[in-house]
Amino acid sequence: MRTLFLRTRGLTRHFGPVRALTDITLDVRSGEVLALVGENGAGKSTMMRLLEGVFPPSRGSIEIEGREVRFAQPREAHAAGIRVIHQEPEIVPDLTVAENIFTGDLPRRGRVFLDWSKLYADTAALLETFGMAGELRPRQLCAGLGPAQRQMIEIMRAVQAGGRMIAFDEPTSSLTDEETGRLFDIIRKLRAEGVAIIYISHRLAEITELADRVAVLRDGELVDDLPADGITEQKITRLMVGRPLSDMFPDRAAATGDVVLEVENITTEHVTDVSLNLRAGEVLGIGGLIGAGRSELAKGIFGFHRRRAGRVLIHGVELPSGDTAAAIAAGIGFAPEDRKEEALLLMQTILENAVLCVPQKVSSGGFFSRSKALELISGISKQMRLKASSLDAPITSLSGGNQQKVVLTRWLASDLKVLILDEPTRGIDVGARSEIYDLIRNLTDTQGLGVIVISSELPELLGLSDRVLVMADGRIRAEFDRNDASEEAVMAAAITHGSAEASAQLEGVGQ
Amino acid sequence: MTEQTADSGHGGFSMHRVTERIGIHNISLLVALVGLLVIFGVLRGDVFFSTRNLLNIGMGVAILGVLAISQTGVIVSGGLDISVGSIVGLTTVATAMAIQATDMAGVGLLAGIVVGGLAGLVNGLLITYGRINAVIVTLGTMAIFRGIAFILSNGQSISIFNDAFRWIGTGRILGLPAPLWILVAVAIGFYVFMHKSIVGRNYYAIGGNAIVARLSGLNIPSYRVAIYVVSGIMAGVGGIMLAARTGSGQPISGSDGLELEAITAAFLGGCAMQGGRGTVVGALLGVAIIGVLNNGMILTAVPTFYQMLAKGTLLILAVFLAEYRLNKS
Repeated sequence: MRTLFLRTRGLTRHFGPVRALTDITLDVRSGEVLALVGENGAGKSTMMRLLEGVFPPSRGSIEIEGREVRFAQPREAHAAGIRVIHQEPEIVPDLTVAENIFTGDLPRRGRVFLDWSKLYADTAALLETFGMAGELRPRQLCAGLGPAQRQMIEIMRAVQAGGRMIAFDEPTSSLTDEETGRLFDIIRKLRAEGVAIIYISHRLAEITELADRVAVLRDGELVDDLPADGITEQKITRLMVGRPLSDMFPDRAAATGDVVLEVENITTEHVTDVSLNLRAGEVLGIGGLIGAGRSELAKGIFGFHRRRAGRVLIHGVELPSGDTAAAIAAGIGFAPEDRKEEALLLMQTILENAVLCVPQKVSSGGFFSRSKALELISGISKQMRLKASSLDAPITSLSGGNQQKVVLTRWLASDLKVLILDEPTRGIDVGARSEIYDLIRNLTDTQGLGVIVISSELPELLGLSDRVLVMADGRIRAEFDRNDASEEAVMAAAITHGSAEASAQLEGVGQ
Repeated sequence: MTEQTADSGHGGFSMHRVTERIGIHNISLLVALVGLLVIFGVLRGDVFFSTRNLLNIGMGVAILGVLAISQTGVIVSGGLDISVGSIVGLTTVATAMAIQATDMAGVGLLAGIVVGGLAGLVNGLLITYGRINAVIVTLGTMAIFRGIAFILSNGQSISIFNDAFRWIGTGRILGLPAPLWILVAVAIGFYVFMHKSIVGRNYYAIGGNAIVARLSGLNIPSYRVAIYVVSGIMAGVGGIMLAARTGSGQPISGSDGLELEAITAAFLGGCAMQGGRGTVVGALLGVAIIGVLNNGMILTAVPTFYQMLAKGTLLILAVFLAEYRLNKS
């Protein structure tokens, strides 16, 4: 029954200088559940996109039943029987359940007309097979459906379209326990029918329960591929994070100063009841999974998101809600995760990008003063070792690392007390990384700044931080002193609390 | 190491520096303009280069120039204002009525500017706080302002007999018509504002990427409202110029595709559809191209219907080229 369906050979994908996936050789067998695990950014999503034909590999190949295939677009991968069930199901809300399941493959009468009766009959049969007949009706509109039902529609779509390999990307993140149980039944049924399954999840308990085989990705490389028999959650965690801490990180200061930033019980649309404080000279790390609310917390503190409750204080002075200008004036800087979408003006030059937050320093009488701007920025950019042909060059001419240095230059040009860095080294090569690490430490130690670093990379988080907070579901779930923080402990805190249900249970016990 | 080009900028004179200074885009506009001049010069050299005809072209584009420049500001901020033609019509009526009532030129000016500014404020508030798409809002107000102009004037032309006011449209300084001087003043004012002032540069940030602008502490709603008010005031200035030239306030004024030409000139001048890009000099060159094209087509007796065809094609071509350039870069 378990025959080879798909094999990747040396699959590699670069994005510019960044290696997202390196030399993956992996088998996927029919009638088997292969669990794919790894930290955020380990390459799981890249792997899925390569299999689904969203973009081609830089090197390496994909074979289906021994024959090499090349997908120019997802449609071709679908035709070959490959389907990915995404975290956010792609459902058209204004269409019926039946139309959504049969999208792209609607039964016709003649060449032109839709065969409604066949469509509804086929859908009813499919719902029956999946045990959903009592819950969904073929003619129902999808607008009001919950996440589990949407996901089920996507699974049925994949199955009816002849899916021979179905990959589930974090399928249970928005499901209740009961819905998860039903999903598992369906996955086991598909497996029994000889469908090849790839299952991606952060919830290790699900993996030990469901998987036949476990493949572990780390930093874009396949570090292990082993049978699931007798595997433990501890072993998987160790494989996921188990790399030595590099010596890229500068020494930390022993002492920190007074409290600069106080966040008292803030709640926004995305985060709930978060409190923290930050001292001068301190690096506070915030860890957690993607979607845990870390970036949203930063935006709540900075005033990008409006606060519904709680206070943010700098040196004891409260900041108004939803007012980024006030945050900047009070001395907060924020370098967001997505540089291209949230930090840089891509049509403008390095100099223009660098002076964006300090108009008062680069103007006289309301008019821009180029000489003042050059004087201010050239000094800082030299200190940052910015590699650019000229400050008048377009920002897009720079590498990712140098673009990030421009963002940092922008904030160093203003009089900072607190700097919030969201994934400061994402997409940045190793050399520039260690420069940024040195810079962060330099800011805290010599200028007395308080720095908050949000990072999904555990070595970076632990290597930089004096203290680490772990978030999940928009709340702070754990706090570690630098001496107690280990990759396993941080990961465990992030995962254990990784769902609303889990946290509700924990709160019931009394956290 | 960071190299500084600030120093090299003051160095020797080279062709490369000149191109960089003017900009590739403006050079291609100049080439197109010269091309048109050559074509019409060859076809109707007898009339085309006469002082009278050149002044004709200048008079023809003075109002368009004012509108194209303020339209550039709106587009840079990430918006669009297609109600400007109607605001021109409305303000000619308001100006004429004010002068008829008081016989004071100053009151006429004030009426045009205030009414234009109020019209722009309505646009700005609806777009910013009503969160309605700018094209839809100004398409709606285009009809509304025109309707108000007809209601106020009862559909009639209102004559203006005040000579001081008429001078704005017919007078001359140093041999050049007053409307051209107004265009020069507006162009210089906007050039300094858009390219040199902090507030003006912030519009490029807002249009370039609103999230980045907000994360840099800019209060985007007030900037957005303000640019539509400015656009309304400039349309009011256009209305004043038109009323002074024709000696009347007419509800139909500015309905002959003035907004189309202004938007065309702005995009010809290098504006990007989504905002964040565009220059005053580019808009002026776009205006010059449209002015020469209009005049040349009349001189060479191109039928009116075909002139409309040419103008519509030019707008689409201008936006196509702007987007094409953006995608390529």
